[in-house]
Amino acid sequence: MNFYAIKAIYLFELARTWRTLLQSIATPVISTSLYFVVFGSAIGSGMTQVQGVSYGAFIIPGLIMLALLTESISNASFGIYMPKYSGSIYELLSAPVSYLEILIGYVGAAATKSVVLGVIILLTAHLFVDFEILHPFWMAAFLVLTALTFSLFGFIIGVWADGWEKLQIVPALIVTPLTFLGGSFYSISMLPPVWQTVTLFNPVVYLISAFRWSFYGVSDVNVGVSLAMILGFLLLCILAVGWIFKTGYRLKS
Amino acid sequence: MPSVISIQQLNKTYASGHPALKTINLEISQGEIFALLGPNGAGKTTLISIICGIVNPGGGRVLVGGKDIIKDYRAARSQIGLVPQELVSDVFETVWATVTFSRGLFGKKPNPAYLEQLLKDLSLWDKRDAKIFELSGGMKRRVMIAKALSHEPQILFLDEPTAGVDVELRRDMWNMVRGLRERGVTIILTTHYIEEAEEMADRIGVIRKGEIILVEDKQTLMHKLGKKQLTLHLQQPLTSLPATLAEYSLELAEEGHALVLTYDAQREHSGIAELLQALAELGIGFKDLQSSQSSLEDIFVSLVSSR
Repeated sequence: MNFYAIKAIYLFELARTWRTLLQSIATPVISTSLYFVVFGSAIGSGMTQVQGVSYGAFIIPGLIMLALLTESISNASFGIYMPKYSGSIYELLSAPVSYLEILIGYVGAAATKSVVLGVIILLTAHLFVDFEILHPFWMAAFLVLTALTFSLFGFIIGVWADGWEKLQIVPALIVTPLTFLGGSFYSISMLPPVWQTVTLFNPVVYLISAFRWSFYGVSDVNVGVSLAMILGFLLLCILAVGWIFKTGYRLKS
Repeated sequence: MPSVISIQQLNKTYASGHPALKTINLEISQGEIFALLGPNGAGKTTLISIICGIVNPGGGRVLVGGKDIIKDYRAARSQIGLVPQELVSDVFETVWATVTFSRGLFGKKPNPAYLEQLLKDLSLWDKRDAKIFELSGGMKRRVMIAKALSHEPQILFLDEPTAGVDVELRRDMWNMVRGLRERGVTIILTTHYIEEAEEMADRIGVIRKGEIILVEDKQTLMHKLGKKQLTLHLQQPLTSLPATLAEYSLELAEEGHALVLTYDAQREHSGIAELLQALAELGIGFKDLQSSQSSLEDIFVSLVSSR
């Protein structure tokens, strides 16, 4: 293992966050706070409890997931797309590093950022609403697992993208809608039966449901099923990355 | 000299179907400066990119310091520093951060003292905290060199090192290259500037349309292919060549004010002595004489066009 290389990539990526602190940390925190104010306090105050939890508290796990997914994908995809775009990827390809080391560096850094961001949002939420965490271990586990999985997914998008537009398209057109429709702001039991069935095809439902369970012990779908889904998606991403590295897809001609 | 890079039966065809390299066989000796000369699109950068691991080889194999670039890529790549043709790096980074990153990437433990000396040698020390986008083109080029040398490579690739570089930087660069060679670093540079190869290289390879058409010691090459010319500036202009001088390959130049003798520098018998004697007998006096050797450029042009 070339640990110096992993460290170099990891620190380089974290340094990028530090340089773009406003964009990386402040923006998601502010936008999440706005959700709390609008949905949690303003609209939520007039609402009854959802699944036995106050609405303000109910949306916290979903909001964290929303930020986690978006930021994991955007950080990881940008991290690997940037050197491709600027051409400085030559150095990465000519260095004595294995693909696994490259992956640990980039995905590790992206996931770290997301987890830190998730924790910051959690703390911010605490300023607006009272909530509890019934299963802290599982909360942390789902947080890390999701950050890791979607950073991997972001890495794949970053390798695949050959233009700035493609880099934005998957998060904007697929991930954000799926997250919004995945029960961030509602329980899927609130939907008409047909839509409940349709919703089960949305992978994000399982993420949010499991994450919410770790907070309040209530979930839309069985936690075991959720865990299996997350691990399944993680495995899928690992296989895709494995294929990319094996073939040199869009990295090496 | 043992060979530090051994390229055997290497070929490469891109997915587009473009055959960038046909069959390449090449040995680079330890500690030499090797210039790969060729027109644009001849395959110079592809060859370098394959050796460095940026492009997958088609067939054949490459050994760097005896290590296969595919099977033993770590050992192979850690010996190599590459200065690419384009000025590419993360422009928002500082000079110091980017060279530190490069060193780490190549698996070397931090050595701030070495990097400090490196930046000083490249006149970059004052700019160490500057972001790369703030630097001039020449300074950026220096940063690329610093990155390539940050991990103390034994082999340095310079791809078109002086394209768009001012005189001062060019001079600094050649001094640096000489210094590296004294420390035993092998240097491979690509160029289409003949003077560059002529000035710096120990050996020259000419690549054309994906094929190495010639590899030769520079001196031998110049000697073998070089024609020499002797120009005699006459005291009195001649209107035509005297018939007795027909056996020499002589030409009148400068409207009869000069005689130009073309001779083969390789042959022991140049014919100069006889010519001078013949001129004396004819009473043709000259006030000056000079000899010149054809440059690598002439050789190169004749090579590339003759095939």
